[in-house]
Amino acid sequence: MSLLTFTSLIFAGSFGAGLLGSLTGLGGGVVLIPLLTLVFHVDLRYAIGASLISVIATSSGAAAAYVREGYSNIRIGMFLEVATTLGAVSGAALATRVPTHGLAMIFGLVLIYSAWLSRHREEGLPHAIDNPWSDKLRMSATFPSETESGKTAYKVDRIRAGFVTMFGAGALSGLLGIGSGAVKVLAMDRIMRIPFKVSTTTSNFMIGVTAAASAGIYLSRGYVEPGLAFSVMLGVLAGSLAGAKILVHSKVSLLRTIFAFVLVALGIEMIANGWLGRI
Amino acid sequence: MAGSPIGPEGIGSGGGSGAPAGVLNDARMEAIMGRLLQVGVLLSASVVLLGGVRYLVAHASESPKDGTFIARPIQLRHPMELLPGIARGDAAAIIELGILLLVATPVCRVIFAVVGFALERDRLYVGISLAVLVVLLFGLLRAS
Repeated sequence: MSLLTFTSLIFAGSFGAGLLGSLTGLGGGVVLIPLLTLVFHVDLRYAIGASLISVIATSSGAAAAYVREGYSNIRIGMFLEVATTLGAVSGAALATRVPTHGLAMIFGLVLIYSAWLSRHREEGLPHAIDNPWSDKLRMSATFPSETESGKTAYKVDRIRAGFVTMFGAGALSGLLGIGSGAVKVLAMDRIMRIPFKVSTTTSNFMIGVTAAASAGIYLSRGYVEPGLAFSVMLGVLAGSLAGAKILVHSKVSLLRTIFAFVLVALGIEMIANGWLGRI
Repeated sequence: MAGSPIGPEGIGSGGGSGAPAGVLNDARMEAIMGRLLQVGVLLSASVVLLGGVRYLVAHASESPKDGTFIARPIQLRHPMELLPGIARGDAAAIIELGILLLVATPVCRVIFAVVGFALERDRLYVGISLAVLVVLLFGLLRAS
């Protein structure tokens, strides 16, 4: 196979990963890395490097659209970015010391967890929270809704636990080169009780900054191969922008179910390959 | 409401188009940040595309070798080292320049947040944004 054919296939695959990632809200990285390693037999370290770059691109590319919706909360985002960037730097430093088959197995577990989470999403009303720190840290805000006043107020709870979980999300992101949006949403939605839409849009902002924090380590260790990274980055970016366009007028619940099974299958395969030392 | 110590009234006003000119609230700040990120990613994607096309033209008939790991370090501390390659029109150097622009985009967003919160006179969040910036710069320049 010539490099031109290989690059075209990588571009097409990355486009698909970006499309699925944006349609299902799980991000491109979770399918991209198994695709690159299991199908294209790319070295896991190159796959992680390319994925990390594409994560920064998609997060930044989608930002303007998310801002227009008016849900994201800049203060919650910035506050939690302290935790995610610290986590990312630690995770990336650790990644260069963990053998690749170990990384593959951790990745498999994250895939299975993401699949589980994508099947257990619910959007409820804001909870009645009375946490004084929510006001002190100026995180209490409103989001647009179909009520009489046109907006619904919300507060933030269990900030310390959320902060610690965010450190974990950052560490996973730095370790595996993914956005780990699933864990970020878990921290905000489940632990801090932030309304779902606010969690997902704010998480998007945080993903880019988190990935940038670990990018320096990957770049200086030579994990970002320009010949691979360029087609992956452009493919995932194009795919995710296309996905965002489709998302507006389509139902995705069936797609999410199929995607969840794909993730479990990929997760098992990553674990098996890691276990057998093939990655 | 501008200048009030509790800032986020602006959130949810749909990009802050209703805010009077010259007043910075959270919604306006986010709208500017969103635009900043979009411009950054478009710029970097264009540079990467240019480099990618040159890369393919130069190496089209070779066989891919991404299955074997050969470290190719890029030192962010010395971005100027890319310049000779770019001047020569070296495809990999152009792609790397695009990647550096991409990584710089979220950093610019955080720098903008520091400035924005300073204009809102929100000392707490100036401090928080600065903390994020310090960790980011540490990760990019020191930790390797």
